[in-house]
Amino acid sequence: MISNHLNSYLILALFLLIAGIYGLIQHRSFIGMLVSTELILNGAGINFMAFNRFLAPDPAVGQVITLFIMGIAAAEAAIVVSFILAVFRKYRSIDPDEVKELHG
Amino acid sequence: MTFYQIIAEGLFFAFVILVILGSLITIRAKILMQTVLGLAVAFLGVAGIYFYLGSMFLTLMQILVYVGAICIVLIFGIMVGYTPTEVAEKAIKDWRNKFLAVLSAVTAFLLILACVLKTDWIPAVADDRNFSAAHLGQEFLYTYCLAFELISVILLIAIIGAIILARGGAGGMITDPPAGKEVAAVQEEKGEAST
Repeated sequence: MISNHLNSYLILALFLLIAGIYGLIQHRSFIGMLVSTELILNGAGINFMAFNRFLAPDPAVGQVITLFIMGIAAAEAAIVVSFILAVFRKYRSIDPDEVKELHG
Repeated sequence: MTFYQIIAEGLFFAFVILVILGSLITIRAKILMQTVLGLAVAFLGVAGIYFYLGSMFLTLMQILVYVGAICIVLIFGIMVGYTPTEVAEKAIKDWRNKFLAVLSAVTAFLLILACVLKTDWIPAVADDRNFSAAHLGQEFLYTYCLAFELISVILLIAIIGAIILARGGAGGMITDPPAGKEVAAVQEEKGEAST
């Protein structure tokens, strides 16, 4: 029963994490980077739920933290999308390399 | 293994494949709209995984919040300000970024996989396996009350901030323009968007 082992969930969450890291570096647009961040957050949510299901004594903690992650992700997506709109209006571009004013 | 257990395992694998295919579409697609649609597929798979982890409530919240709200916000963001062909071509040309991405992803994968496989997970003594939404609600309103209220404040601030940013920042906010000026501004924006 693979669906009853902790490791299968952890490896699935690990796959989401590395897919997010890959996409975050490789995508050439702000929206693509935001989407990759959502993948990473989902991997974290699966991890919390898996540890909660198999290791934690109290079954509600993982669900609570996963719901917090969802709330933060929603707030973050709203802020970043409006940010992208503001940047697009000023620079006429959503390519991160062309938005140079704050380059370090 | 009974017949129903085999079906349950098969469904689990279907959800895992949904997650993997969705995230692969998300990171490999050349068109931004396809990226977001792949993300929606991955979210649906994650919702199924939550169901296998024992929480019906989180499954529904995942579909409601991620697929129903966040993906729609992203699609609006793409449709309002976005130039499809340029971004697609750049994604093909840029090999240096792809090399760095593969390098960091493979390194992170190997390191964390070694940690996962080498650790000997010790299950805690379970007091109860109460995954119901009623128990969850009690936890929210008693134990995690402060964090719960703070999340609502964060959401409120984020939405107000998003509106202010999308209207052009605190300085450039449209306060109360006369009717003729507003129509002219709208027409000007439309002209800019079509160019």
